[in-house]
Amino acid sequence: MTLMKLTLRIWRQKNARTEGQFVTYQLDNVSEHMSFLEMLDVLNEGLVAKGEEPVAFDHDCREGICGACSLMINGYPHGPLPKTTTCQLHMRHFKDGDVITVEPWRARAFPVIKDCVTDRSAFDRIMQAGGFISVRTGGTPDANALPIRKRSADLSMDAAACIGCGACVAACKNASAMLFVAAKVGQFAHLPQGQVERKERVKAMIGRMDVEGFGNCTNTYDCEGACPKQIPRRFINEMNRDFIWAALTE
Amino acid sequence: MRWLMNVLTSSIGAKALMAATGLILVLFLVGHMVGNLQLFGGPDMLNGYAEFLHSKPLVLWVVRLGMIAAVLLHILSSIRLTLLNNRARPTAYKLKRPISSTFASRNMFLTGLVVAAFVTYHLLHFTFRATHPAFATLKDAHGRFDVYSMVVQSFSDPLIAGAYIVALVLLGLHLWHAIGSTFQSLGLMSPKLQPIVSAMSLALAGLLVLGNVAMPIAVLLGLVARTQGVTLP
Repeated sequence: MTLMKLTLRIWRQKNARTEGQFVTYQLDNVSEHMSFLEMLDVLNEGLVAKGEEPVAFDHDCREGICGACSLMINGYPHGPLPKTTTCQLHMRHFKDGDVITVEPWRARAFPVIKDCVTDRSAFDRIMQAGGFISVRTGGTPDANALPIRKRSADLSMDAAACIGCGACVAACKNASAMLFVAAKVGQFAHLPQGQVERKERVKAMIGRMDVEGFGNCTNTYDCEGACPKQIPRRFINEMNRDFIWAALTE
Repeated sequence: MRWLMNVLTSSIGAKALMAATGLILVLFLVGHMVGNLQLFGGPDMLNGYAEFLHSKPLVLWVVRLGMIAAVLLHILSSIRLTLLNNRARPTAYKLKRPISSTFASRNMFLTGLVVAAFVTYHLLHFTFRATHPAFATLKDAHGRFDVYSMVVQSFSDPLIAGAYIVALVLLGLHLWHAIGSTFQSLGLMSPKLQPIVSAMSLALAGLLVLGNVAMPIAVLLGLVARTQGVTLP
């Protein structure tokens, strides 16, 4: 097993009201088998043993499916490995002697709560604005009682793969939430159940997105490259079309 | 009309406005280039074309007013969007690396600023002739305004020709991202169309740059004949 020595430059910020700064930590004996978060756990154990405040960071499932973990690692959301969340990023992708810069997501709509933890509840409020279906669907229907094209079901599932981590916002030069909202609009737009509220949904969710203070899309597609779930830009295009159509006809 | 204001100030509506006004400007650029390439046809052809345009004042002014409206909406909306976008990330990253974005796509406001400055100079130069008032008296053999001499004499100055070439290359960068972006912003893109639109965007932007820089470059290289007329101060 290879052990590495690493230099970590981590953003430390006491709370939302104080100024933060980068603090440098040296970490010896980092195993290549550790995940990035396990490496931070080791750092924190050392800090606690010394009586210092551990580095706060978000994490939950550590299986790459919950969307809790974040972190801007060396200039990339979720680190330099594509299609991977921070919890699934392993230290074998770094090498001995590396200097690693770790920052929180930076966006007005995602204020820092502490260290690398940001408040992403703006996403929840966008979902509350229209990310649901309010028609009564009754009891569990028989399988295939409602015919859905395989292609549509697949596209809906592609959009529904979004875990709401916010990497798209973090990667966007304008801190725009378009890819997230497009995925949440798109997962319904391809299903028959989503048609009833299709126009209201896209208008309400975009309206909320704008109120939350996210930037505007300039079609640079860093969001697509940063997305650990590979949500494609096609959903942004479809949402643009839906929104323009809804705005002109409603 | 309040609903229209609400739409055009929403994030997607503002993008659609940028795309629609930008599309008008691209169409104008194509027509403008094709018309101006008549420079290579000699003084008779270019001066005749200029006279033809001015012989239809109604059409000319409808086009001009449409262009002014499109330019104003495009610029005002871009300033508003850029201010909003800068405000959306008050604290910058210490380290931020591009992933799928390009230099052209990240610097639309910058290249747009250069283009706006260039267009202003271009209008003062050839339309209002404020930079070279002596041009106003240029007449060709048929007594028409001598556009040909004005252009050739201007581009004989390496400084002026160089400024045009640099500005046109930056305009090309702007268009490279802009043309493809238009389809996405208006919701007309699809994964199938994506590679076609990307290639078309690069080709059209490249064509507009090449066609336009051909004129100052040809003059600089002495490939276009000089004619009589006032000489530049």
